[in-house]
Amino acid sequence: MHLEINSLSKQFETRQGPILALDGIDMHVETGEFVCAVGASGSGKSTLLRLVAGLDMPTAGEITVDGQIVTGPGSDRGMVFQSYTLYPWMTVQNNVEFGLKLQGIGAKERREMASYYLDVVGLTRFARSLPKQLSGGMKQRVAIARTLASRPKIMLMDEPFGALDVQTKETMQQFMLDLWNRTGVSILMITHDVDEAVFLAQRVYVLTAHPGTVQRELFVDLPSDRTYTVRRDRAFQDYREEIMDLLRGKMTPALAS
Amino acid sequence: MVLSIAVPLVLWWLVSSLDLVNDKFLPSPLQVVQALGRLWTDGFLLDDTAASLMRVTVGFGLAALVSVPIGIAMGAFASVRSLLEPIIGVVRYMPPPAFIPLLIIYLGLGEAPKIALIFMGTVFFNILMIMDAVKFVPKALLETTYTLGGQRRQALFQVIAPYVLPNIIDTFRINIATSWSLVVVAELVAAENGLGKRIVLAQKFFNTDEIFACLIILGVIGFALDLSLRYLMRLTCKWAID
Repeated sequence: MHLEINSLSKQFETRQGPILALDGIDMHVETGEFVCAVGASGSGKSTLLRLVAGLDMPTAGEITVDGQIVTGPGSDRGMVFQSYTLYPWMTVQNNVEFGLKLQGIGAKERREMASYYLDVVGLTRFARSLPKQLSGGMKQRVAIARTLASRPKIMLMDEPFGALDVQTKETMQQFMLDLWNRTGVSILMITHDVDEAVFLAQRVYVLTAHPGTVQRELFVDLPSDRTYTVRRDRAFQDYREEIMDLLRGKMTPALAS
Repeated sequence: MVLSIAVPLVLWWLVSSLDLVNDKFLPSPLQVVQALGRLWTDGFLLDDTAASLMRVTVGFGLAALVSVPIGIAMGAFASVRSLLEPIIGVVRYMPPPAFIPLLIIYLGLGEAPKIALIFMGTVFFNILMIMDAVKFVPKALLETTYTLGGQRRQALFQVIAPYVLPNIIDTFRINIATSWSLVVVAELVAAENGLGKRIVLAQKFFNTDEIFACLIILGVIGFALDLSLRYLMRLTCKWAID
């Protein structure tokens, strides 16, 4: 898998005139990588992910997956949204099966795949529950299982833990890291949470705002099987401070004026 | 719950038994029960109820059949919406009973004009309410479907349709009350039978007890229709009920 984003720009036409959301973004993600793009609000990070998913079209530049230009949404780029996007009338099992069903995969194979990924996210015993019976963190785990069941080349995650409380969020981050270690799935996640980015990613893109551009690419050289204690390490703190400074650097003049 | 029915009943019974009002104008509960019994043994009750129910079933059934695909299409496709919304927006404010003379001229005095009246009086509201429900399908749910490899057709039939099913049942529950009124209006104007016709006949012979009996039957059946649609909702859309 090779995801490449080349000089990508996106301009929105609004009543107040055009707004440049993304300006000349260059990025890439390789097989099995966990990459985070971190930026403040206004950095166009959600727009960026939507473009990769094919839900919006860029104004300039292109996105390719294994050399194929992205022209629309497809199951090779599975997406996990911040809002819980489970189908409320389907059981957990059917939710996880749904992507496979859309792709025309037979009932038996569907059931097996879904059961496997429900086990991966630890929700086997909730297979017959309805989404409304689950907590926020569990819903997000179902959404992740559903995305994984379609065997995407890359999983796109749009601030997936943004709506969760602090404790659940920490549990989910640890869960996400374990999941990535076990499945080897390639992930591109966007977040405004610097801690989250350093904790999860092998590589971080720091985005500036208005317009969104890539300010810096940063390699996070921490063990891949990190646990929450890594946050106390000197190296973790250094990465964190560095990213904070980068984000702040762009902010300070605006605040001063 | 019991009080809500019992208090008005007791009041009615008190007022009628104290002879405050001539019982030709306000029959007692007992007289109304006797009138009900009379209508039942004469066979009118069953015939008239069946006739009215039949008209509602056909007229509203047709309106339901037509409104589901049109309502969903209008909600899902902006082009269909801009084609149909303006005309429906105007026509739905023309009171259906105002069409009765035209319907009689076009369709005669039989079942057709009554069914047409019920159809016209409910189809537009059904369509607009279903369209609104479709507009409220969360965008993220549809986008999820596309990123899972779904096509537009699949999104329409496998996501939008099941998502709005509870709203459709609720829409029917609300609008079937309108059709229940319209059938009586149609029968008051011109009919061979039906509960509305029975009321007109009772008026001619000053049988207020029979009018009361028919009103009670109309209320009970309307309430039963409401309850059965609620039950259908509970049966088919457990997920949408708290």
